[in-house]
Amino acid sequence: MITVFDYFTLTMVAIVAVATITSSNLFVASMWSGIYSLLMACNFFILDAADVALTEAAVGAGVSTVLYMGALSLTDDKEQVSRGRKILPLLAVVALGLILMIVTIEHPRVGDINAPIHQHVAPWYIEKTPEYINIPNLVTAILASFRGFDTMGEVLVIFTAGIGVISVLSFKPKRAASVSGSELGKQIRGLHHHAVLRVVGKLLIPIILLFGLLVQFHGKYSPGGGFSAGALFAAAIMLYGILEGADRSAHAMPQAVMLKLAALGCTIYTGVGFVCMLLGHHFLDYNALWPSNPKLGQYYGILMVEFGVGLTVTAVLIMIFNAIANRATY
Amino acid sequence: MWIEWLAYALLAAGSFFVVVGAIGVLRMPDLYTRMHASSVTEMLGSMLIIIGLMLLTGWTLSTFKLFAIMMFLFFTAPVASYAMANAALLSGVKPQLADELPEEKRP
Amino acid sequence: MNLLGLYNYWVYLFLLLVGMYTVFAKNNYVKRLIGLSIFQSAVFLLFISMDKVAGGTGPIFTGNPVTDAVFANPLPQVLILTAIVVGIAGTALGLAITVRIREEYGSIEESDIRKMDDQS
Repeated sequence: MITVFDYFTLTMVAIVAVATITSSNLFVASMWSGIYSLLMACNFFILDAADVALTEAAVGAGVSTVLYMGALSLTDDKEQVSRGRKILPLLAVVALGLILMIVTIEHPRVGDINAPIHQHVAPWYIEKTPEYINIPNLVTAILASFRGFDTMGEVLVIFTAGIGVISVLSFKPKRAASVSGSELGKQIRGLHHHAVLRVVGKLLIPIILLFGLLVQFHGKYSPGGGFSAGALFAAAIMLYGILEGADRSAHAMPQAVMLKLAALGCTIYTGVGFVCMLLGHHFLDYNALWPSNPKLGQYYGILMVEFGVGLTVTAVLIMIFNAIANRATY
Repeated sequence: MWIEWLAYALLAAGSFFVVVGAIGVLRMPDLYTRMHASSVTEMLGSMLIIIGLMLLTGWTLSTFKLFAIMMFLFFTAPVASYAMANAALLSGVKPQLADELPEEKRP
Repeated sequence: MNLLGLYNYWVYLFLLLVGMYTVFAKNNYVKRLIGLSIFQSAVFLLFISMDKVAGGTGPIFTGNPVTDAVFANPLPQVLILTAIVVGIAGTALGLAITVRIREEYGSIEESDIRKMDDQS
């Protein structure tokens, strides 16, 4: 029965993607892309990937839509309908599609347990994780411990993107960006005059922060981890920024402090690795942290490393939101 | 057991209200009436389905989590409808029967 | 010849082509960024469809011997978890550059910008 729902959500995703790119008003397109991300999160959940579904819902449907809206308020919100037919891209795309479709006939079917992908490395991880690292969530164990190098690289990439954004947006604009209703914006602070939004929003912000903390530290026992928790923290601060005005959220979370927190998150991650090296083991070998009980060492190592990841992701997303949202009044 | 039959009845009622909301969104003539129809889906439909699920899972931790989800939907769904309707009114979308209102109440 | 088991891959192909066509053929930069993010999530769909095992559950040890028997493959999920957040960071950087382009050139349509570049 679940397969019917599976095909249904996949078809909806395809339809919504077409609706996204054929809408000429860019605000409408960004709303459609938020709906697209939420349907993708449902799809990921049906395909048994709970961590990924949580992260995609928080990042794609939450943070991404707000960033598109912020950027669109600084640029045009209507796309010019392009003249002329685009024959060459259409041909190239259709040809590629036909070739790849013929290739997929040979693929193992979805859900096949004898597929080559399930044969070599995955059974080793499923067997050996209770032996080496005694935590229930396999995805967090592989992310933070077995494949810790890759995650370190990803954290550094996120930090780099944050630095890129604030360095691009640190130049003063020569001409004022077209913000519709900027005169009104000086008198009305954020959405402060809407009593309903203010009350309910202020009720929800501590709950979102609490849920972010739960997801961060419960990442070893249930789906979660640093990446989703960072997105949830940033979403709470973005809600505050939307309700009270972007200058208030930049005042509450200053850019300089966020920059240092992002750097601190990367430092925690690589610092744990160096501490393990100084204690005599390899880089990022958490067994060094508690020599008498290696599993406890792995536990604490994963805890600190996920904390570093969550800190960096939070700080970078808040930094990007503050930079884009405060651009009109730079 | 009668609890299971009650849960199935609530699930069926919730699904019926979801379908009603979907038909309303497609058939209503105006933006504001469509928003009214979709809010039926998110409040009544989802709450009946969640109460049905709570009855099915009994007294476990999942029941409390479902109750928490219902409370969050209860708080945020009407706020979302209010925000959308307010934004539409402020950007100048007129209700269809706006011409029939007395002069001082026109948007 | 069970073709219905390939539906995930066909939807992945369709989304890939939609995203690719948007990046090639559309003129507006923000629309191209949206197409790029559709392209990225199509690749996520491919990876996550590959790791589903029929009759399995999510890869979390619950201590219940019934559900612990068959797990979905955890490896692709690990890759996609980081890729999602990196994708949004890249999109944010693209949006910041688009805002700067708008301030310098006054437009975010590629044809207008090429005209201004050719004139100067």
